[in-house]
Amino acid sequence: MSLEKFLSQAVSSWMNEDGPSSEIVLSTRIRLARNHHQYAFPTVFTKEEAQQTAEAVGAAVRQAGYPLEELKMEDLQGLEKRVLVEKHLISPNLAEDSGSSSVWLSDDEDISLMVNEEDHLRIQCLFPGLQLKEALRKALEIDDAIEQHFDYAFDENFGYLTTCPTNVGTGLRASVMMHLPGLMMTHQMNRIIPAIGQFGLVARGIYGEGSEALGNIFQISNQTTLGKSEEDITEDLLHVVDQIIAQEKSAREALVKSSGIQLEDRVFRSYGTLRYSRVIESKEAAKCLSDVRLGIDLGFIENVSRSILNELMILTQPGFLQQYAGGFLRPVERDIRRASLIRERLEMDVSKDKGGSDI
Amino acid sequence: MCEQCQERPAAVHLKNVVNGKKTEVHLCEVCAQDKGEAFMNDDGAFSFNHLLAGLLNVSPVMKQSQPQKSRRQPVECSGCQMTFDQFLKIGKFGCPKCYESFREQLPPILKRLHSGNTVHQGKLPERQGGTIHMKRKVTELRSDLKALIEQEEFEQAAEIRDQIRSLEAEIRDEGGGADES
Repeated sequence: MSLEKFLSQAVSSWMNEDGPSSEIVLSTRIRLARNHHQYAFPTVFTKEEAQQTAEAVGAAVRQAGYPLEELKMEDLQGLEKRVLVEKHLISPNLAEDSGSSSVWLSDDEDISLMVNEEDHLRIQCLFPGLQLKEALRKALEIDDAIEQHFDYAFDENFGYLTTCPTNVGTGLRASVMMHLPGLMMTHQMNRIIPAIGQFGLVARGIYGEGSEALGNIFQISNQTTLGKSEEDITEDLLHVVDQIIAQEKSAREALVKSSGIQLEDRVFRSYGTLRYSRVIESKEAAKCLSDVRLGIDLGFIENVSRSILNELMILTQPGFLQQYAGGFLRPVERDIRRASLIRERLEMDVSKDKGGSDI
Repeated sequence: MCEQCQERPAAVHLKNVVNGKKTEVHLCEVCAQDKGEAFMNDDGAFSFNHLLAGLLNVSPVMKQSQPQKSRRQPVECSGCQMTFDQFLKIGKFGCPKCYESFREQLPPILKRLHSGNTVHQGKLPERQGGTIHMKRKVTELRSDLKALIEQEEFEQAAEIRDQIRSLEAEIRDEGGGADES
C-alpha cells in the first residue's frame, strides 16, 4: 500500500484539520465516565452482567441515533487493538480485555464510546487544537441522548457514580495535548508542573502517568471531578492552558531573540536526521519531530505541513509500523522501518512543493 | 530514602495537592508491598489503583476519620458484598450500591481526592434527575430570597417565597423530602 493511501486510512480525519491555537495545542479530549445503576462495576461483574451491560449500552447508542460503528474487542487481532490505542481511540485497559468490551466509533473517529472498560460506558470526544467548550458541548449532548435510554447510576450528593473514586461527581476528564518545546528548552516546565497542581490539574507526558514527555508533548487535564460543574472544570483548565500558551510563546520569542541561529541550526539538524537517517529509535524520532514542528511554527521550514507532528508521533509507534509493514517486526527492524516511513512522509510534502525528490 | 523503614531507597513517590497544600509519601518497594499499597504490573510499572489504595491507607487523615464502628464490625456493601477494607485495598468500588453502603466513610477520602470537595455540583441526569432539579432550584431561590430581604425588596421577596413553597410542596408530592431549613 502507498504511504499516501495508508495515511488517509490510518490518521483520523479530525486530525487533518487545524484547530484554534494549533501551533501549540495539538488536540482536545473530553471524557465522561458513566455506569448503569443496576449492574455491578467491571471490577467485580460477572460475565453475564458484562454481557447485559454491553447490550444495554448498545441499545441506548442505537436509540440515541448516532451513526457509530461497534468494534468488539474479542473480534480484533492484537495488532489492530494496538493501533486503536496508539490513535488514542481506546485505552490500553480496553485493549487487554476481551470479554464483553467494545468501542463505538464515529466515521471521523472524533467520537469514541468505550464499553466495559473501568466503567460501563466512557464517552470520549476528540477535537483538533484547543476546543474545550466545543468538545464538552458535544460530549454532554451525546450523554443526554444516551441517558434517554439508559438508567445511569447517580446519587444526589456524589453525582455520577464511577468505579474509581477519582472520577466520581461529573465523571469528567478534560485533557489538552500541548507541544511545549520552548518551555522545555528554557527549563520552565519543572516550575509550571507543580503550579498546575494547585488548580486541581495535572500535567503528564504523552504516554500517560509518570511517563516522560516524549517529543515535548504534555497532556494537561483536570484531577478534580467532584464539587465543581463541568463548565467550571473546563473553564479552569482553559484558563491555565491559555496561560501556558502565552508562556510558551514568550519562551519561543526569547529563544529566537537570544539564540536564533543556534535554534535554527538545531531545527535543521533534526530535519536532516529525519530526512536522511536509515535507522531511528522512537525517542530520537520524537525529539527531532518536535524540533521540526517548532521550525515550522517559527517559519524556518516552509514546505512541511504542520500536522506532521500529530501524524508521525502516531505513525511511528510500534503498532502502526507493523501494520504498515504488514506483520511482526523486531525492535531493530522497527527502527529501520520508522526511519523509512518518516523519510517517505517528508518526501510527500517536499515533492508537492518542488515536484521532485532528493532522497 | 523510604519513610517507613529508613533503610532502602524510596521507589514509590506519591504527590498530592489539597487546597494548595502539597503532601508527599516516599516508600521503598518492600514497604509499599507490605502495606498492600502497590504491586508491579507485567510491564514493571506500579498500578495507579494500588497506589491510590495505598494513599487511602497510609493517610493519617483516613485513620483518624474512620468511625469507631467500622473497626468493631466490617462495613459491607449490600449490593456486591465488597467490604470497606477491600475497597481501600484495591481503590475501586464493586457496584453503585457501595456508595450508599460506605456513605459515612467516604467524605474524608473524597476530600483528599477532590481538593476538599464532597458534594456534586455538576450536571444532573435529565430524565432521572427528578426532584434533585427542584431541590437545586429551591437552594438558588433561597439565596435570592435572602438577598432581596437584605435589600428590603419585600414585594419581590414574597413572590420568591411563594415559588419556594410551591416547589417544596411538589418535592414532597414526588416523595423527595424537601429540606427543612
